[in-house]
Amino acid sequence: MLLSVNGVRKVFGSAVVLDDLSLQVDEHQVVALIGASGSGKSTLLRCVNLLEQVDDGVIILDGREITDPRVDPDEVRRRIGMVFQSYNLFPHMTVLDNITLAPTRVHKRSIADARESASDWLSRVGLADKADSYPDRLSGGQQQRVAIVRALVNNPRLLLLDEVTSALDPELVGEVLTMIRELKAEGMTMVLATHEMGFARQVADRVVFLDGGRVLESGPPAQVLGSPVQPRTRQFLARIIEAGRL
Amino acid sequence: MLRRHTIAALSSAAVILAAVAACAPADETSPSATASASASANPCPPGGLPTRIPGKLTIGTDTPAYPPWFVDNKPDNGKGFESAVAYNVAERLGYPAANVTWTKVPFNNAIAPGPKSYDLDINQFSITDERKQAVDFSSPYYLVRQTVITTKGSKADGATTIAGLKNAKLGAQVGTTSLQAINELIKPAPKAQVFNSNDDAKTALQNGTVDGLVVDLPTAFYMTGAELDDGVIVGQLPQVGVPEQFGIVLDKNSPLTDCVSDAVDQLRQDGTLAVLEKTWLAGTNGAPELQ
Amino acid sequence: MSDGLPAPSDIQRGRIAYRRRRAIRSVLLAAASTAMLGTVLVLAVTGSPGWDRVRRSFFDPQIARESFPAVLEGLWLNIRMLVACAVLALALGLLIAVLRTLSGPVFFPVRAMATVYTYAFRGVPLIIVIYLFAFGIPGLRLRGTPGVLVLGGAALVVTYGAYLAEVFRAGIESVHPSQLAAARSLGLTYRQTMRHVVLPQAVRRVAPPLLNDTVALQKDVGLVSLAGPIDAVRAAQIATAENFNYTPYIVAAVLFVLLALPLIAVTDWVTLRAARRQNAGL
Repeated sequence: MLLSVNGVRKVFGSAVVLDDLSLQVDEHQVVALIGASGSGKSTLLRCVNLLEQVDDGVIILDGREITDPRVDPDEVRRRIGMVFQSYNLFPHMTVLDNITLAPTRVHKRSIADARESASDWLSRVGLADKADSYPDRLSGGQQQRVAIVRALVNNPRLLLLDEVTSALDPELVGEVLTMIRELKAEGMTMVLATHEMGFARQVADRVVFLDGGRVLESGPPAQVLGSPVQPRTRQFLARIIEAGRL
Repeated sequence: MLRRHTIAALSSAAVILAAVAACAPADETSPSATASASASANPCPPGGLPTRIPGKLTIGTDTPAYPPWFVDNKPDNGKGFESAVAYNVAERLGYPAANVTWTKVPFNNAIAPGPKSYDLDINQFSITDERKQAVDFSSPYYLVRQTVITTKGSKADGATTIAGLKNAKLGAQVGTTSLQAINELIKPAPKAQVFNSNDDAKTALQNGTVDGLVVDLPTAFYMTGAELDDGVIVGQLPQVGVPEQFGIVLDKNSPLTDCVSDAVDQLRQDGTLAVLEKTWLAGTNGAPELQ
Repeated sequence: MSDGLPAPSDIQRGRIAYRRRRAIRSVLLAAASTAMLGTVLVLAVTGSPGWDRVRRSFFDPQIARESFPAVLEGLWLNIRMLVACAVLALALGLLIAVLRTLSGPVFFPVRAMATVYTYAFRGVPLIIVIYLFAFGIPGLRLRGTPGVLVLGGAALVVTYGAYLAEVFRAGIESVHPSQLAAARSLGLTYRQTMRHVVLPQAVRRVAPPLLNDTVALQKDVGLVSLAGPIDAVRAAQIATAENFNYTPYIVAAVLFVLLALPLIAVTDWVTLRAARRQNAGL
């Protein structure tokens, strides 16, 4: 088991955003988090990445507890990659510099070595010609793909994707989803929060429905998305179907 | 649309022209019929000069008004050398103390072109040819000696010659001929320091950020005697070329200049100026001369 | 298809001609009214009764020539102080801004002191700070007190540092929080995040107001002359007193504007460049 979230609680002011939440992710597994806004998907990912401190509960990565206050969060984050919905790339640096920043500064690789890895990845995703461009010259889909490459070049154990296609124009979503599908084929362990139900069905090993900060339903995509057990899951999916996204 | 714009443009131009025409003939000080009528009689009718306020003489000076020229920053108390001279001049012109009003005139306003807020201004103005291009001066009422002062134990203390001050950092108040004295007579190696007021200069001297100050002789006595701890007079600077003198300042081409000059000359001839000097500027004999 | 576009129709040609006629008419009207206004103003000023005297008082060519060297020498002091104080004030402002943005209870004293500093020195008038530094500190008679120029410069650095700190802080806080999250997620430490991600963006964003403050600093720098040194304005003041004529002030003003021009040009250029890359994000 690569990641184990046990009884995590997170409170913002008087709002309980994560309420005794537990979740297990095995290596090479892809878990899709679905749920309404405010259900805690983003907060959960941020807690796993130690961008937020949990108010209770334990998170274990690779057999070691990362919620222990004595643990160095920077060290943990070196092993996890995270991509956000928007404003990922650093606008004042070229694509290549964006990707090589962490390998050189954090993982202490040489510039030449980092550049080589970066170029390899960019070629693999068909963006080699954008290496010296600034982010404002890339389309939204290209930016997100570069952001994923930037996370991957550090060989993370786990990749967290927080609604990475939600801010994209519809015709650009496909290229990002294709890339994620390829990553799954290569065995990357991923937890992704998403609204793309069709995609979740194709790619996820498990779909987890969050409601009010708890795991309400969890299981294979065919079951959770096709014949959900909980009434609230059914309600949620009905609204999604209405919006034409399933 | 076009026609509207044209009309707007033309009418605004017309308004501006009208305004200019209305403002154009601004007043000059109007020497009234009385002046021309009495030209043949007394050119300086007592109490009847063409002053700003008829029947009253408006005298200006800066604030703060320093001793020994004024006392307690109240020019109207008649105390202090310049206050006394002013009241004496006024009396000779036919304006008793009751008909004299004082007004505060900052240095820059005294020399500005444009209507003046005073009839005459008395404020330790040294007479120079350059300045005569811009204002009128009365006859001189005081011969100025520039003096170097310092505090006990400073670099300048004990100097007996100008050469002895070559390495001293000296200060003076801005706008005074004292600064010229430093730059032209002493020519010290460190650059002269300039201060907005004698108060600032004093503080700098006491702080030790300057080694000495140059001020006129009466101010030197007053500062070292009453204001500075451990103040000492180093010595008077020699008069070089045209002797420096204080004069009363009047507006350029003022109709009062000749009358005021006459009054000052009278005070000098009948010994009043000497008496006032003795009263207010005592002790001017006790300063050594620097060679 | 020789030039790729079809020839305009008659209607379109008519529209083009009409708009051109209107444009020409507007330009002519504007030029004529400007010329008229300009002429009226010039006539109004030079025709006024006191003009001759004002001209001699403010625009005397000979006095301008005579006072020019002294004013220029004073300006050299302004320039040296400007460069030194600007660099130090920017550095101090940046430091204070970073301190103010440190989060976490353990940094509370640091944040509190930085906040007090920015409040205090934005409130106190600069001229008072200079008096305190240049006249007050030497009065303490501490050993090794620097000269009044250094003290005056320190007063400027400390006062302007407070303003610049707030400008920098605004810049830092304007960087999207996802940028911080993205940087931290890559494993960058707080310091690395600041240095490589936040500050480069923050500084680019606030370059225009920063440069604006530098132009303002250029004028305030002359206040050190309170304490004795002679800057351009003081030199003009001295020359004015010698001649009872204001022309040296005009000389100083012209020199100041000339000095500010390159700075202003750089400001505008930087503003234009910075307006580009800042909106890549999604």
